Amino acid sequence: MLRIEDLHVKIGDREVLRGINLHIAENETFILFGPNGSGKTTLLMTLMGFGNYEIIRGRILFRGQDITHASIYERARLGIGMSFQRPPTIHGLKTRHLVTMCARGRDIDVEGMAMKLNMDAFLDRDINAGFSGGEIKRSELLQLMAQNPYLLLFDEPESGVDLENMKLIGATVRDVLSGGIEPRPGTSMKQQRVRKRPVSGLIITHTGYILEYVNADRGQVLYNGHLCCEANPRDILDHISQYGYQECVRCLN
Amino acid sequence: MDKIDLHDFRFSGGPQLGEIPDLRQLDAADKAEMLMSGVDVEERERAGTYLQVDHGRVHCKSLQPGVEILDIKDALKKYDGLPGYFWTQVDKDKDEFTRSAAENLHGGYFVRTEKGAKIAEPVQSCLFLKSDMVGQNVHNVVIVEDDSELHIITGCSVAHGSKGAAHLGISEFFVGKNAKLTFTMIHNWADSTVVRPRTGGVVDEGGVFINNYVLLKPVKDLQSYPAIRLNGRGAVARFNSVIVAPKGSYVDSGSRIELNAPDTRGEIISRTIASGGTIVARGFIGGNAVPAKGHLECKGLILGGGIIHAIPELRGAMDGVELSHEAAVGKIAQEEIEYLMARGLDEDEATSTIVRGFLNVDIMGLPKELKDVIEKTISESQKDMF
Repeated sequence: MLRIEDLHVKIGDREVLRGINLHIAENETFILFGPNGSGKTTLLMTLMGFGNYEIIRGRILFRGQDITHASIYERARLGIGMSFQRPPTIHGLKTRHLVTMCARGRDIDVEGMAMKLNMDAFLDRDINAGFSGGEIKRSELLQLMAQNPYLLLFDEPESGVDLENMKLIGATVRDVLSGGIEPRPGTSMKQQRVRKRPVSGLIITHTGYILEYVNADRGQVLYNGHLCCEANPRDILDHISQYGYQECVRCLN
Repeated sequence: MDKIDLHDFRFSGGPQLGEIPDLRQLDAADKAEMLMSGVDVEERERAGTYLQVDHGRVHCKSLQPGVEILDIKDALKKYDGLPGYFWTQVDKDKDEFTRSAAENLHGGYFVRTEKGAKIAEPVQSCLFLKSDMVGQNVHNVVIVEDDSELHIITGCSVAHGSKGAAHLGISEFFVGKNAKLTFTMIHNWADSTVVRPRTGGVVDEGGVFINNYVLLKPVKDLQSYPAIRLNGRGAVARFNSVIVAPKGSYVDSGSRIELNAPDTRGEIISRTIASGGTIVARGFIGGNAVPAKGHLECKGLILGGGIIHAIPELRGAMDGVELSHEAAVGKIAQEEIEYLMARGLDEDEATSTIVRGFLNVDIMGLPKELKDVIEKTISESQKDMF
């Protein structure tokens, strides 16, 4: 699905990512840990292709295609979708209109999708205008459902979210990552899995709450621009909550 | 800005259209221009129409009880010169344009509701400039009696291919106790037209005045600065403007609200885009009584050259007034463009989506077909922006 090779990224004069190698397989969910300022968000923003993130070395392959220098919208159209931490408010742009545009002409049930996320009351409001933390996450998820990407990038899906919202958001993230497989009459889940389109995820988390909901396969710690400590995400989380990130320093040296 | 010489324009004589009983008889090109200013020639869902071409009225009709629509000349005869109304909100000697309108009145509309009449459908008006180098003096008086409601949609338009024209318009508004006037003006001029409206009004206790202004087409030189006084307790005024100035346009547009009684509220919201032209975006709120609140918001984007000069003014003259403003002149935030691009929109799609949102007219509460016409005009004018 995604292959990152020796990726070096600069913001202004500062080299933030210093040689990242990462492979995420089809139908795999990868969890990224790391202290504040370690470069996690930079990695996501670089994968999405944002302007301020300058790739000085290395390359990014998405579903076999080199997208290192592709524009943001080309990546989106190829099937990369991102949930923003702090999306901008766009006055006069209704949530409904944006969700429809996300589908790029595919026929989608906006009302139904919004209902699932408890967002139906927001469809006729300006996108992100006065949205709370939980509402922003749900709105981002609604847009991603309409986009239907192959690779989902989540930047701290649990930040600023209360417990009740966390349940809904966690369950929806799981649904989106599983490609909508659920027990259905007439076809087994196993059969569905064989036929379904591949979906992978890359999730940044501090608290690990999201691990309660998604089936995460692998995780790694990003520290000071380097990836280290590959393990089961739960084990990494246990370790960090007990010892902090100090061990990463030793590991890298 | 060049000085306007009124001698360049013909304020008398010339061909004059007679009465047009059915607006569908208008020629197709004129009809198209009027449609863009919100005129429905079928007069569907309209409470009445006043239409003037150059120096005279061609159509004047009320379609609903409770609202009187007259040619201002007839109203002056019928009501003995409209004492207490005519020339009370605008100074006759303010400038050469008001003097021209005072000395040689061509027409204009008089619209008055009956006390308590809630007129659900809008009254429409169009002041049309058809001949080349014509000068038009109009004077409008709108009286919304106590407890009544009225929406006027007025389009000012010029014939396709006009080589030059001048429109001088006096408008005076009177909003009674607990009455509501929504006044929507759509200007649809040409790059050779000069425009000098002079507007004033007064709102009584509990009255509401909402003024919507839309200017999307080129205009050579326009200066407009309606002034509303909220003289009764609890009166409210709101101005919403959406203005685009393409290359060659000079637009000096603003509004003024005086909060003269307790519990009054005033709001001025303007969205301007310079795409090669010049916009002076003014706004003034004066707080002369308490408690009173005023908020002024002028936001401008420069897309493809031009000048936006925002002049927000607040004047508090009492302890306890609450006045605020936010003004911004700039460009579309890169962050917003990139957000939409991450959803698969290319840069042009993202930019035009943001501009359409910026020039949002939803707040104006317009009839659907008029809103559609405005949105279509916005999409067309975007070609020049980026």
